[in-house]
Amino acid sequence: MTLAGWFQIILILALVTGGAVLLGRYMAAVFSGQKTFLAPGENIINRLAGITPREQDWKTYTLAMLAFNAAGFIVLYGLQRLQEFLPLNPQGFSAVPEALSFNTAMSFVTNTNWQSYGGEATMSHFVQMAGFTVHNFLSAATGIALAVAITRAFARSGVNTIGNFWDDLVKSTLYVLLPLSIVVAIAFIALGIPQTLQGSIDATTLEGVKQTIALGPIASQEAIKQLGTNGGGFLNANSAHPFENPSAWSDYLSIFAMLVVSAAMPFMFGRMVGDVRQGRALFITMFLFITMGTAIVYWAEATGNPIIHALGIDPSQGNMEGKEVRFGLAMTALFAVATTGLSCGAVNAMHASLTPLGGLVPLFMIQLGEVLPGGVGSGLYGILVIAVLTVFIAGLMVGRTPDYLGKKIEAKEMKLAMLALLILPLVILGFSAVSAILPLALSSLANAGPHGLSEILYAYSSAAGNNGSAFAGLNANTNWYNTTLGISMFLGRFAYIVPMMAIAGSLAAKTKVPASNGSFPTHGTMFITLLVGVILILGGLQYFPSLALSPIVEHFLMLAGKTF
Amino acid sequence: MLTHLRPAIVILTIMTLLTGIAYPLAITGIGQVLLSQAANGSMTIKDDKIIGSTLIGQAWTSDKYFWGRPSAAGDGYNAAASSGSNLGPTSLKLMDRIKTDSDRLRNSIAAKLLPADSITASGSGLDPHISPEFAMLQIARVAKARNLSEGQIKVVVEANIDKPIAGIFSQPRVNVLLLNMALDGLSSSPNG
Repeated sequence: MTLAGWFQIILILALVTGGAVLLGRYMAAVFSGQKTFLAPGENIINRLAGITPREQDWKTYTLAMLAFNAAGFIVLYGLQRLQEFLPLNPQGFSAVPEALSFNTAMSFVTNTNWQSYGGEATMSHFVQMAGFTVHNFLSAATGIALAVAITRAFARSGVNTIGNFWDDLVKSTLYVLLPLSIVVAIAFIALGIPQTLQGSIDATTLEGVKQTIALGPIASQEAIKQLGTNGGGFLNANSAHPFENPSAWSDYLSIFAMLVVSAAMPFMFGRMVGDVRQGRALFITMFLFITMGTAIVYWAEATGNPIIHALGIDPSQGNMEGKEVRFGLAMTALFAVATTGLSCGAVNAMHASLTPLGGLVPLFMIQLGEVLPGGVGSGLYGILVIAVLTVFIAGLMVGRTPDYLGKKIEAKEMKLAMLALLILPLVILGFSAVSAILPLALSSLANAGPHGLSEILYAYSSAAGNNGSAFAGLNANTNWYNTTLGISMFLGRFAYIVPMMAIAGSLAAKTKVPASNGSFPTHGTMFITLLVGVILILGGLQYFPSLALSPIVEHFLMLAGKTF
Repeated sequence: MLTHLRPAIVILTIMTLLTGIAYPLAITGIGQVLLSQAANGSMTIKDDKIIGSTLIGQAWTSDKYFWGRPSAAGDGYNAAASSGSNLGPTSLKLMDRIKTDSDRLRNSIAAKLLPADSITASGSGLDPHISPEFAMLQIARVAKARNLSEGQIKVVVEANIDKPIAGIFSQPRVNVLLLNMALDGLSSSPNG
């Protein structure tokens, strides 16, 4: 670890915080119905779609969201299956097989962007643009819309409605994601990311060898990939690829872009519920985890791998397997923690080749529920469910009826919150357990020993958490993994959303009780401490046994010099 | 559910046209007009032939040239199949590979310790850079193969080290393709 490394980490997190405060203020204005300069575009879309932005109750809102996502899924599946008949296919790729198309369509609709394929060798430019780029926008916009809906539920008092899904969806895309993407995409080209419709260029090296270099409209997808916390790369190596991330500067911008929208959500929340301190408390909790996680990964990677050092390798560079020279360890550590604290899943180094403790942190960040700060929108509604649980536990400790932002938290909300929270461990541990004994599933492993179990655990955590990064040694392009990971992504997204929206409906209908001497303040140090504790204890209790068998035991085996 | 069908289909269509067609094509247009070198992959041309992209690493095998890092992209530096090794920290395969690669390097490198980047595969398999330490260790071999003094080669290497800006931003590194092109320029000059 170096001072220069820490300086970069702190500077980027500070810039993200500043950007998030401003963006949060802007988004609060947008979703409170203030007119922006792009309003005429919105009116045209509403007229064509036959939308009167009438307020919806939680069931109508959720159904509209589900209908929209179902339509998106079907189209995305169809585009891949019909790839060979569609335009902009310079490399002449044939149709994507059924199981892979199912997995990939589910992956992009749920904002996961898990990729069982290598982009440059599987997908045409048309599918990447009209399929993946579109859902990079729309899955992120869906997340923002849902987060805005639950924010309104806390802000309102004694009403049944929480906004209009179509209105929120269009506003999220038009006013937030698209303008930011245009700016970031152009900056990315200036920093060296290609943007062309050409498929590839053949070069002849100085040694006379032919090198085929894959190209494409990469910058435009890269921008929304980061801003929408999607993480699905145009190219197989994702943000480790020099065409997705050519320099330290593009790396700084990538980290900033992937964090800023999710980090703005709690600030938007604070403004919309009329108490900015509430949003700040959530933000501080999220960034405490990012900072702690980065410190652990940075330390573990700088310490390196004693088995490799014993082979006569200089330990001063740390662990360089799977890493690029141009980023350095500090920016690799921050990227790995940010992408998993978010539900982004872009990677600028191969997580499979991190040291055991360096790999444990990203895995655990995903398992903690993708709330630190989580995906755009999904991070906010995710942490609100945990906040509700926290005030409930705090209420139990002192024997008071808990309330959050003046809304009484009762048995109904708690049941729904538990329903949402339990779906993740069920999916992750359930499918991992089956895969760990199924010969069909085990034949996909690239690494033996505890690292193999880490590969499986990481895959299902990433899918259910809608993250999308991988311990990519695992060959996930098989019918077993494509299908079960697709189901995990579906449950991790929608089986979480529906109970969460039911909570929103129930809270909106409650009248606010004014704060009294007896109410527990949810903006101070005490609440942040409790929230951190609940996140850690919840995650620890659920996943510690499985983690002990994978990265933790591998750490001690590595120190003992054992290989598999 | 049926009442949601029309807005679902119409918005999906409009958004596909807007974010899936108009947005990437507009960005392509802007990139091609204003930033065409970068937008087309930062290709380097010598004698009217494309010899590679300055951003993409290449396989180097000749003693005359500086070598890059090991690569797990295809058979090595396959720029149409980027990939890391994805081998974990306790992988026997990884340790065997490191032994093979370090034995090969030690044929021409006398130093006791090898820098980590010289024997580890990058995340993309296309890392265009090596550390200045790794470049320095290769000077003796390149000088011998080119029949030049080590001092002459060292000057070129030092001119090709990218240092962090203000000592903080970005990493110290050497772009292997640019270094090798500079070397070729050196050998062909009359008093080289």
